[in-house]
Amino acid sequence: MIKVVDLHKSFGKLQVLKGITTTIAQGEVVAIIGPSGSGKSTFLRCLNLLEEPTKGKIWIGDQEITNRKTDIMKVRQNVGMVFQHFHLFPHMTVLENLTYAPMKVKGIAKAEAEAKGMELLRKVGLAEKANEYPNRLSGGQKQRVAIARALAMSPEVMLFDEPTSALDPEMVKEVLEVMKSLAHTGMTMAIVTHEMGFAREVADRVLFLDGGQLVEDAPPSEFFAAPKSKRAQEFLEKML
Amino acid sequence: MGFGVNLNFSQFVPSIPFILEGVLVTLKIVALAALLGFALGVILALFKIGRMKVLTWFADAYTSVFRGTPLVLQLMIIYFGLPQIIGFEIEAFPAAVIAFGLNSAAYISEIIRAGIMAVDKGQREAAMALGIPYKSMMRDIILPQAFKNILPALVNEFITLTKESAVVTVIGAMDIMRRAYIVGGEKYAFFEPLLIAGVIYYILVMILTLLGKAVEGRMRKSD
Ligand SMILES: Nc1ncnc2c1ncn2[C@@H]1O[C@H](COP(=O)(O)OP(=O)(O)OP(=O)(O)O)[C@@H](O)[C@H]1O
Ligand SMILES: [Mg+2]
Repeated sequence: MIKVVDLHKSFGKLQVLKGITTTIAQGEVVAIIGPSGSGKSTFLRCLNLLEEPTKGKIWIGDQEITNRKTDIMKVRQNVGMVFQHFHLFPHMTVLENLTYAPMKVKGIAKAEAEAKGMELLRKVGLAEKANEYPNRLSGGQKQRVAIARALAMSPEVMLFDEPTSALDPEMVKEVLEVMKSLAHTGMTMAIVTHEMGFAREVADRVLFLDGGQLVEDAPPSEFFAAPKSKRAQEFLEKML
Repeated sequence: MGFGVNLNFSQFVPSIPFILEGVLVTLKIVALAALLGFALGVILALFKIGRMKVLTWFADAYTSVFRGTPLVLQLMIIYFGLPQIIGFEIEAFPAAVIAFGLNSAAYISEIIRAGIMAVDKGQREAAMALGIPYKSMMRDIILPQAFKNILPALVNEFITLTKESAVVTVIGAMDIMRRAYIVGGEKYAFFEPLLIAGVIYYILVMILTLLGKAVEGRMRKSD
């Protein structure tokens, strides 16, 4: 479960998040949408403290991560993140990308980490690429590896920041499929996306951000059928 | 008065082995200095990019001083000046290694700092998002990628060091340069032995350049 209360974030004088309050329940899949520059990435990055909130509180599970005493490293081990540009470690093989953090951070034995890594690679359909280096993979394959890498830490929550935006159109589907099957396993997921079809089909809720504010928070059926705010209506008109 | 070219290389042939022995001295000084410079350079580079203001200041000041004064002065301070403070003599060889090591650390730290900055910042974020501690992130993720980028610059620094090492002759270390000079003094003819020394340096530099290219090529392959 993720609970966010009155979250503010400024970069210098620029106010990017202006008081966001929401809760994401255990196992819930939330799509975060909104215009460019509305603060979607910043919001997501606050959830694993890649950005330090200026004000407000965030809980992951029963832990308040914005509390100064909280061990940020421990929090991050529990919150997986997938980036638009994958950020795989280029000097490590695919399998090493998956086993490095569990071994180094959690002290898991090599054999165990590799077994789990292979299992995850099978799940994302890339077992045969285990010993390849990332630059031998297509964008879609890279992103699937990146998802598996995050999952290798056995996180309770997964964050996705436009995971398909850097992909060629024909590769979008394979990544969305992996995310869909992950959603079915009961993973708590927050996904910044421009894939409206995916949001409609997979998300339990849609958060619409504009100008650093949470303008709408509704199930996709409601949101896409009849957005309440003018800003959301305009945004959807442009998108669809 | 005749200005005819008056060179006689044959009289120096017996001295060539003596000069060549200097290759080992030169290479030892350069190799040890490079190791010292590299180790210190990594530490200084980490200081420069780290959050501790004092350390950043120290590393910047260090670099500024060692780049802003002549190498031969640094060498002479360590060889002739330092004993006055520490109370015992330093041999020419260790003095040369220390001076070149400290000096190249300044240059190498700049190269490494630039290399670290050039690593995609997404790498750092991905590591942070996985909860990987700073030390492990630097050692296993950022630095290996940085080194790959800066290898040509490091080889260059190594080559510069090899050439510059000729100044150890001023403190009497028996390197290629010094030996050529001694031989010249014995025969009252400097042109030939210095030319021989020049050829030896040139060949050394070419070998190092080729080695650098070979290593670089192998790195490329693993891309
Ligand atoms: N590190 C930073 N320093 C300064 N300004 C930043 C920083 N990160 C983001 N911003 C600014 O904050 C605002 C919101 O950025 P953010 O990346 O959260 O938007 P976004 O909704 O994800 O947009 P997009 O759809 O283009 O990814 C933008 O104006 C951006 O320029
Ligand atoms: Mg964004």
